Amino acid sequence: MTQTSDKLIIGGREFTSRLMVGNGKYASFEQTAQALEMSGAEIITVAVRRVNLDRSKESLLDYIDLKKYTLLPNTAGCYTADDAVRTCRLAREAGMSDFVKLEVLGDEKTLFPDNEELLKAAKILVAEGFTVLPYCSDDVIVCKKLEDLGCAAVMPLGAPIGSGLGIRNPYNIRIILENVSVPVIVDAGVGSASDAAIAMELGCAGVLMNTAIAGAQDPIAMAEAMKLAVIAGRLSFKAGRIPRKLYANASSPLDGLIN
Amino acid sequence: MKIILNGESLETVEGASVETVLKQLGISRERVAVELNTDIVPKADYEKQLLSDGDKIEIVHFVGGG
Repeated sequence: MTQTSDKLIIGGREFTSRLMVGNGKYASFEQTAQALEMSGAEIITVAVRRVNLDRSKESLLDYIDLKKYTLLPNTAGCYTADDAVRTCRLAREAGMSDFVKLEVLGDEKTLFPDNEELLKAAKILVAEGFTVLPYCSDDVIVCKKLEDLGCAAVMPLGAPIGSGLGIRNPYNIRIILENVSVPVIVDAGVGSASDAAIAMELGCAGVLMNTAIAGAQDPIAMAEAMKLAVIAGRLSFKAGRIPRKLYANASSPLDGLIN
Repeated sequence: MKIILNGESLETVEGASVETVLKQLGISRERVAVELNTDIVPKADYEKQLLSDGDKIEIVHFVGGG
């Protein structure tokens, strides 16, 4: 299997990379652009915010080649369905694309999703023609409801946003994978390359992260590590791992041993 | 006349349109979205959408985010 024969399809669009990255928390726009390049990501998240009326300040979009990336505007900071829908409408107008990462947060301390508001917003946005990628709890019931509403993917969290705790409940992710047919993308919680590989080995369609790269001591090196981990994890999943056994099973033949 | 732009008071000319305000602030229309009193103004309407005293305008764009 090669990467070219294993495309990720979301909302009718084909992607080669299964790593999606955010653009927040970097030291500079130059560093953001370099990390993006190194990650190989094709889908990158952005936030929708008021323009800076001081035009002397630069914009991230001046630093990145917009032809190379699909922008995935998020609704970060929204705590109600109404705010999230309003933000998505603005994003579509600004970006001329229907792709949105829908997040409706429950509280500031956990940044866990408010699934009730999330479902409400998803229903409205799907009806308005958006390609909705919702950040949600690692809960198969919520994921199935989001799929039934017409979301293009589901994006359960691995752990709290920015926590770097890794995939805290791989069994929940497995249950989601077995019960929904849209792409399952782990969004949030990844801390290191092995976490990303674990998500992919579980069979996830992709991984979305920001802090794990931006907050690393060397974000550009970590971007490369994540790129390779996602590729390795995907290949490992497709290759089919050996069953776990309690006792040893020698790799060298026993025949012909000298004695 | 005065409008409220991104939460701040802004003095602009009588009969200003959305386009007038964007030009006044040096903002390129390409990568922004504009809301007038919470309704989105389509880009095609920036010239013809006239503003009134006290209107609330939001101009947003994309920034880095996760």
